[in-house]
Formats: sequence, structure tokens, C-alpha cells
Amino acid sequence: MAVLHSVHEHDLPYARRERVNRWGLWLFLISESFMFAGLLAARFYLWGGTRPPLDQTLGLLLTSILLVSSFFMNRAEVAIAHDDRPEFLRSAMLTVVLGTAFLVGVVGWEWGLFLPDGPHLRPTDGAFGAVVYGLTGFHAFHVLTGVLAILAVWHLGRRGHFSARQHWGVEAVAVYWHFVDLVWVFFYPALYLIGQVVAAGH
Amino acid sequence: MRHVLTTGLVRGLVGQAVGFALGVYTARAWGATDWRADGPLAWAAVLSVLGFMLASGMVSDWLGWLAGNFAPPRHGAPPGKPRWWRYWSVDYDHKVIGIQYGVTALVLVGLAGSVALIFRSELSKPGIDFLEPAVFNTLIGWHGIVMIAGILTGVAAMANYLVPLMVGARDMAFPRLNAFAYWINVPGVVLVVLALFLRWETGWTGYPPLGVQTMPGAIPFYLGVFVIGFSSILGAVNILATAFGMRAQGMTLFRMPIFVWSMVATSIIALTATQLIGLSFVLVVLERVFGMTFFSPTLTESAQALGSPPGQPLLFQHLFWFYSHPAVYVFILPGLGIISELLPVFARKPLFGYKWVAMASLAIALVGFLVWGHHMFTSGMSDIMRVTMMWTTLLVAVPTGVKFFNWLGTMWGGKLTFPTPMLFVLGALSIFLIGGLSGPPNGTVSTDLFLHDTYWIVGHFHATMFGGFVYPYIAAIYYWYPKVTGRMYNETLGKIHFWLMTPAFWTMSLGQMLAGLWGMRRRIVDYDPALGVAGLQTAVTIAAHVIFLSMLIFAFNLVWSAFRGKVAAANPWRSRSPEFQVPSPVPDENYPAPVVVVSEPYEYGGPEPYVVFAHGPAAADD
Repeated sequence: MAVLHSVHEHDLPYARRERVNRWGLWLFLISESFMFAGLLAARFYLWGGTRPPLDQTLGLLLTSILLVSSFFMNRAEVAIAHDDRPEFLRSAMLTVVLGTAFLVGVVGWEWGLFLPDGPHLRPTDGAFGAVVYGLTGFHAFHVLTGVLAILAVWHLGRRGHFSARQHWGVEAVAVYWHFVDLVWVFFYPALYLIGQVVAAGH
Repeated sequence: MRHVLTTGLVRGLVGQAVGFALGVYTARAWGATDWRADGPLAWAAVLSVLGFMLASGMVSDWLGWLAGNFAPPRHGAPPGKPRWWRYWSVDYDHKVIGIQYGVTALVLVGLAGSVALIFRSELSKPGIDFLEPAVFNTLIGWHGIVMIAGILTGVAAMANYLVPLMVGARDMAFPRLNAFAYWINVPGVVLVVLALFLRWETGWTGYPPLGVQTMPGAIPFYLGVFVIGFSSILGAVNILATAFGMRAQGMTLFRMPIFVWSMVATSIIALTATQLIGLSFVLVVLERVFGMTFFSPTLTESAQALGSPPGQPLLFQHLFWFYSHPAVYVFILPGLGIISELLPVFARKPLFGYKWVAMASLAIALVGFLVWGHHMFTSGMSDIMRVTMMWTTLLVAVPTGVKFFNWLGTMWGGKLTFPTPMLFVLGALSIFLIGGLSGPPNGTVSTDLFLHDTYWIVGHFHATMFGGFVYPYIAAIYYWYPKVTGRMYNETLGKIHFWLMTPAFWTMSLGQMLAGLWGMRRRIVDYDPALGVAGLQTAVTIAAHVIFLSMLIFAFNLVWSAFRGKVAAANPWRSRSPEFQVPSPVPDENYPAPVVVVSEPYEYGGPEPYVVFAHGPAAADD
């Protein structure tokens, strides 16, 4: 919503417009953080000190991919702030690729769409299944919207929009992307690291 | 007729129907046999909301951005259309959106009220007369949730119309987002109406496990409420950004009109807490559609084999009340703001203790986050939580008391006049007082164990809602009616409205509380004649009908006066507020020149005006 507010928006001067937009974006992120906090609360309420056995290699790999993608998103923003359009486009596209890799990893392996026998843990498997699929699902949806938003600014940047002086759209998308990453920084330990693995009963 | 078909509303509804049909069709193609099964219904409901937003033209500008088209939002009346057209279509003017919200609120409150009369009549004597229990249960849930939607849209109406005017801005911070937040309500309400026909039996709270097991109406109920909550969040973003980023020159935080302060406090709650009702409702939908057991305390065999813990019904109540308690402050804080705004005008005196009133709003909002557990005293929460929540709950009385005494201080020694808006403000005070005083018994664990789930709660809740929202909202409508329409409402009808409604409401609310003390349970279609509450129930039913009648007079007054009322002056109440310094109705651009604040907002009798209009770079004296 506030994410893409453009150069020519409304009748406020650009600097003031940008300041108001920043209010809007950060308020929205505060709001979102309550939703993610609610999911974390659900995890601790339902699991307490236990956790299901999840694929640790996959978890570490996904986390690394997402953190590296934040680096490239930052690089893209810095590039456009220096009017370096080719670097902006390259870094933004790399972020999209890494974000998509993360999504494929979650859906294909964590959710088991690409596994021949299906997933080890299914959504119907009690609070373990519900929380794993719920948290990764809500987060993946946000990653997906982030990828689409980066694609939108990449597309506009290729058509010559944004400059060192006026690139609110890029800033907004970058902040949103870092936010979604930050959420994962909390979700990853909550799902993969904290608590005792419950030994399977068979 | 041609123009009717091109309105955003009609196009949106057609889009919603198409979206829904597409959802049902694709679900069939994927092998679903019954569209009322949870999966197909949820899928169709989601597509129907997207269909509405696409077809109404709400997202066209944003889609245009992708094509590199960054035209500024259209302002003013659309060319080639009749004057009424913009009120039924996507429009970015905050005043148009405020009126759209306001009318929607009255329609929703009217619908929910009519439904209340139906089950109220059923309850007027013992025995089941004409409502099956399942229908009764659906109706009480529908009454509750549609009233909440009506109140939220009513709050948004006041916020959208007044906040930009009061801070001296030309529009909200994000005009498109503002329109989006209004229009997303409409498909949400349509879904809730669908729920009425498909039925669900949990009441408005939607508690699982029943919420997971009840009839298919639960799906459109949960998703419709989610969508309405989304509107609330986006509206809060906009109001906070407007209050913090769009204020006129010289308007420091403590020179804002007090209503803006109350909307800031309200928006802090709506911004954050709303996420949790949205989350809890989506999780129930996920549980119904995908079998993800967040809340049902059951385990499948394979879950047992994995050693998974079960779902917890109490988790839902925590998530749900983390919003739904603060939500009542979303409903009443704007109303209390209206009271604080109007009393100085009709007492011709400064608002007593302005800073205290402003800070009390914030305090109510912040303490409100820590009290949700008082809805769960009988749910099996730990004793530590119960006692903690009891203390925090009783703490809310402190800032509320601060407000009350400041209102008394404002009236003390004032030159009071009693036109209709002032009557409703005083009515609000009297009713909010009963609502407030009947609160501590529910907030105290030992007494709540007896009062929980009785009609006492119903009486208490309706008194807080009428005193905190309904009366102030009506007062606000009468008060700003000349500003909005350019015509005066009929004063005699206004007074009749007040004098019918107020005694009837007292009868209803006190009657409900008394019936509760005598043992009448809430949310139940039948009761034992031996309780001795039949007489009270009859009285409450008659009172409810009188309230409805008075609201019909109100509606008639609003419609009739819009066409036949006396032409209103620019400032009929001699208010200092900026919106009363421009002609009625407020012109398209709001102010002829930038607003400059030169003194305090409520210095009635003081030498200086509150605001002047800057002509050119320097402020001119006029």
C-alpha cells in the first residue's frame, strides 16, 4: 500500500511526502510484528519446551539464503542512492532469486511437495504440524509478497524510474524485505533450535 | 440507471458474485462435491473479496503504477457524473469517505438492531415461540458482530471526516489507502451476511472447538471479520500518519483538538491488537480447512506417534481477547473524545485539564492491553493470571475517572445550553456512568464467578457501548450535520429522539442487569419461568422497541433535513475548531489557505482565535 508511493504522488513536496510515507510504512510493520508475535506466542503456548524433529540442514540452509538476500537488497538500495542503475537492477534481481529459492525450499522440502514419500510431519499432526505449517506458511506468504514487490520496483527501475534523490519505492521495499528477514530470525530458533526434540513413538 | 450501474458499489458487488462463482466452479473442477464444505467455501470467499476490489476500481491506480502511470489521485467531483455518484463509488476525498463510512455505520447498526428485536421478542416470555435454537444462536452472533462492524465504521466515519479537518490538512496522509480501507469493508460485510444464511452457532466470539465443529456459516463469518479487521488496521496507519505527519503550522501535540488525541490512542490499539483477532480467526479457518489442530484438544494417531502435544482451546481465548478487550476501547475512546470536544463548546469554557484528558486516553489505551484475561476468569486460567488481570482491570477506572472529573470541571460554572447534541453528550455521561459502575463487579474475580455469562454482563456491556459510542456518535452526527450537509437538522425531532431513547435505554440496561442478578443466563433461547424474570424480559423487550422507534425518527430527521432543512450558517455553534471557520458544507479543498495555529483550541472567551489562514508566506490577521 504505502510501499510504492511514487515520485509524483499527491500535492505534498517530495521530502514531506517521503516523511509521511515513512510513518505509514513503519506503522504497518509495527502492526505486522504483533501478528508474528502472536504466532510465536502460539508456538510457546502449545509446544512449551518441546519441538518436533525437523531437517536441521534444510533449516540452516534456508536461513542462510534469506540472510544473504538481505545483503543484496541493501546493496540494491545503496546502488540506486548513488544513481548506479545497473548495479541496482542486478542486486534486486539477485534478491528475487534468493527469495524464490527460500520459498521453493520451504514448499518443496519443508512441506514435502518434492519429497517422494511426502513430508515427515503433516499439517494434521497435532500442535507440531499446525505450528510448523502455520508459522512457515504465514512467513512464506510475506516472503512471496516481498518478492513480488521487489519485482515491481525492479520492473519500474528498468523503465527508468527512481534516482539518487527520489527512490522511496526502493527504500520501502527494502525495509519490508529486511523486516520479513528479521521475522525469520525469530522463527528459525523457535521452530528448529529451542526445546527438546520429542523422540518419535515408534 | 446508466449511472447506477457504473458506481463502484454495483460493479464491486457484481465482481464479488463473479469471484465467488469462480471459486465454486474451480473447486468443483478439482473434485469438491459440496460448495458448502470448508475448503471450497473459504476459497470462494477469498476470491469473492478479490473480485470485489478489482471490479470496484479500487486497485486500478495501484495496478497503474506497475505500468509506470503515477498520476496523482483524482480530486474533486468526477466529470460527467451526477453529484450523488461519487458517494457510491471509489473517491479519494476524506470527506466523501467519511460520509460513506457514516452511512454504512448507520445501515449496519440498523440491521443489527432489527435482528436484536427479533430475538428480543422471542425472549419476552419463557418458552420457545418462533425461533429454533440454531437460528437464535446465529442471530445473537450476527447481532454482535454486525454491531461491531457498525461501530468500527462509525468510528472510522468520525476519524476520516474530522481528523484531517481538525489538524488543518487537505486530506488524509494516504488518500488511496483510505478509500481502500473503506471499500474492503463492503465485501467483508457481504460475507458476514452470507454467514447469516449458512448459520453458525458460536456467537460473535467464535470460540473453538465449537467454532471448528459448527455449521458452514462459520467460514464466511471468520473471513468476513478478518477482512473488516484489515480495514481497521489500514485505517489506523492512516490516522496516525495524518496526526503525526500532516498537522498545520503551529499545531504542537498539546494544541491538537482533543478528538485527535483520542483517535491517536484509538489507532494505537487498532493498529496493533487487531492483528491478533485476525490471526486467531485465520487459525480457526486453517484448522477447519486443513485440519491444523491449533485449538482442538484432540490428536490423530500419527500425531500421537510423533509425540506431538494437542491443540489448546484456551490459546484461542488469549489471542482473541488480546484484541477484543482493547477493541472496546477502540469503540469508546473516540466517543469520549467527542464528549470532550463538545462540552467546552456548549459550556463556553475551556476544556478542564486538557493535558490530563489527552493523557488519560493514552493511559486507557495502554492499560487496555493488559486486561484481556478478565474475560477468562471462568475459563480455567491460572490463579496468578486471574489476580493480575483483576488488578490491571480495576486500574482502568483511574484514567476513566480522570476524564469524568475533567468533564464535570468543564461544565462547572459554565453557561450551558441544551441543543440536541448537548443532550446526547449529557445522556452519554449518565449512561456511561452506569456502564462504568457496573464494571468492577465483573472485573473482580470473586464476584465475576457469579456474574459471568449472566444478563448482568449484557446490561453492563450495552451501557458502556451506548454511553461510550452510540450516544456520542449520535451527538457527533447532530453536531457536525450542518457542517457536512450545509443544512440544519430538525431540533424538535432531535429532542423527541433523545427523550424517547434515554428512558428506554435506562429501562433496558437496568432491566438486563437485574435479570442477570436473578439468574438469567445470556445467549440462551429459553429460560425457566421460576426465575421470575419474565416481567423484566417483557419490559426490556418493550424498551428495545422504543429505542428502535427513536432511531427511526433519527433516520427520518437525517434524510428529511438533508433536503428540506434550514440552510445552516458556517458556524452555528460558535466553535473555535478550524472546520467551523470555513463555509458549510466544507469546500472540496477544505481550507482556502494553509492553516496556522495561533492559540489554544478551547480558550472560549479568550481574545485570540484558535487558527488563522495564512495568505501567502506570512500569517495575516483576520
